Amino acid sequence: MEASQGGDSFDSIIIGCGMAGLAAGIRLAMYGQRVVILEKHNAPGGLNSFYFLGGRKFDVGLHAVTNFVEPQGRGTPLGTLIRQLRLPRDAFQLCPQAGSRIAFPGVDLRFNNDFSLLESEVARAFPEDIDAFRKLRQVVLEHDALNLEAKPLSAREVVSSHLGNPVLADMLFCPLMYYGSAREHDMDFDQFVTLWKAIFEEGFARPLEGVRVVIRALLDKYRSLGGVRRMKCGVRRILLEGDKATGVELENGEVLQASHILSTAGWAETKVLCGSERSDPQVRANIGRLSFAETISVLDGEPRQLGLDETIVFFNDSERFHYEQAAEPFDLHSGVICVPNNYCYADGESLPEGILRITGIASHALWTGFDEATYQAEKAAWFPRIVESALRFVPEASPDAVQERTVFQDMFTPRTVEKFTSHFGGAVYGAPNKSKSGRTEVENVYLAGTDQGFLGIVGAMLSGISMANKHILMAKQ
Amino acid sequence: MTKEDCKKVVLDIISEIAPDEDLSDVQPDVRLRDQLDLDSMDFLDIVMELRKQFGIEVPEEEYQQLASLDSCADYLTPKFKEVRA
Repeated sequence: MEASQGGDSFDSIIIGCGMAGLAAGIRLAMYGQRVVILEKHNAPGGLNSFYFLGGRKFDVGLHAVTNFVEPQGRGTPLGTLIRQLRLPRDAFQLCPQAGSRIAFPGVDLRFNNDFSLLESEVARAFPEDIDAFRKLRQVVLEHDALNLEAKPLSAREVVSSHLGNPVLADMLFCPLMYYGSAREHDMDFDQFVTLWKAIFEEGFARPLEGVRVVIRALLDKYRSLGGVRRMKCGVRRILLEGDKATGVELENGEVLQASHILSTAGWAETKVLCGSERSDPQVRANIGRLSFAETISVLDGEPRQLGLDETIVFFNDSERFHYEQAAEPFDLHSGVICVPNNYCYADGESLPEGILRITGIASHALWTGFDEATYQAEKAAWFPRIVESALRFVPEASPDAVQERTVFQDMFTPRTVEKFTSHFGGAVYGAPNKSKSGRTEVENVYLAGTDQGFLGIVGAMLSGISMANKHILMAKQ
Repeated sequence: MTKEDCKKVVLDIISEIAPDEDLSDVQPDVRLRDQLDLDSMDFLDIVMELRKQFGIEVPEEEYQQLASLDSCADYLTPKFKEVRA
């Protein structure tokens, strides 16, 4: 359209082949742009990828696709996404969860993809607070979280102004923070609303074959529209002329030119690509402080036989829930248990083996500071502690029985996260402050993905779509 | 291109964008939004398809001209003549 012809010149360059980059690429290619997606790694998916180990396929990131609705109707993020990408309704082959739980000392709240279960659980466990809870829900449903120009607002302040009970507030924050907050202790109210809807109002689902089904659907669509993708192709820097970008220089020295650059690398990461130092205070202030580790146990049999019959359990063992950087390698006080077997797969299909994943907050500084031998030894030492600690919240499941039935195990740490996402600090959810408008200091460089601030897999794809629409497709021709 | 042809073009575009919508009984004088599940992103796609398929430009401040099939026909028919000329 606007850029000149030639092999090294594009209308748009997209940095990062994750969910946001692929969705943006589909939109731009659909409307005739010459577009290239550049990815540092050999695997697509970014934060939500997969890998092969010991003859098995494992998902990274994805516990659940949130925002699940059926049918994918009016005004829902999933419905909008399917339409904007012109995908068939069942492209992601999503199957709903069996049921999940928030487990705090002495109190549980069960929830599933039907909001009425959570509401009745709150009424049962917190009878004095049910009216306040209903009022809070009304506020959430009436809030426009998609206003890209909105000012940040503390979710803790809004929630505590309605809910006097700090335990109930913490229980509601726990899953929302674990599934998307880049900030310690608090989150932006827009993000609270987005995640509330994604998790409590809509819900969890998963394809039988995991995240690669979603990635494959996006890759096939992008390819069919003529989009170009270059893997193992890291960007060394964004080339600037005055306050405009002219293109990128790749790590192999090659130069690609483009009229627009959409970066999913992250806010601080993109600023560094544009020439700032990593030591720049503005860069340092926007490096996320939260990273995660996860244990993955492969079991020879259905997890439900071992007492693990829920999809996701968010747990916390302390009086208050502390969502903050870990002081030890792994914070055993809270976390998330995920059993991918416990989705209602179609036609009675099931996973070939049992899988138990336990995720919690981990220290990036400590895990990246270990030498290789210590790193391996620490992983081996933490693994059983993490499993034992989490299973306190599933009394039917004994850690010994789980250990006995474990035929294979793996663990990822903040070091792994940093390697695969290239996010500074291994910060899975990116920068504490988001750029909702997607604008940067450079007029034709835009952000999409994690640091633009839409959350979850569906949110990431909508971020790519919205930023491609707003900054590139709607731009004056 | 007649106004009727123009309405047909718009309906064809909507069926591409929103294949799950029933377009068999769209009232020409009623806002599309009021009878179909279309949001602002869908309207952006109508505009993008007009540009891609016919070279017609609809500036953002004139999107409201696409509210109903009748208003689409009034607004787009002269534009079709321009690009054909």
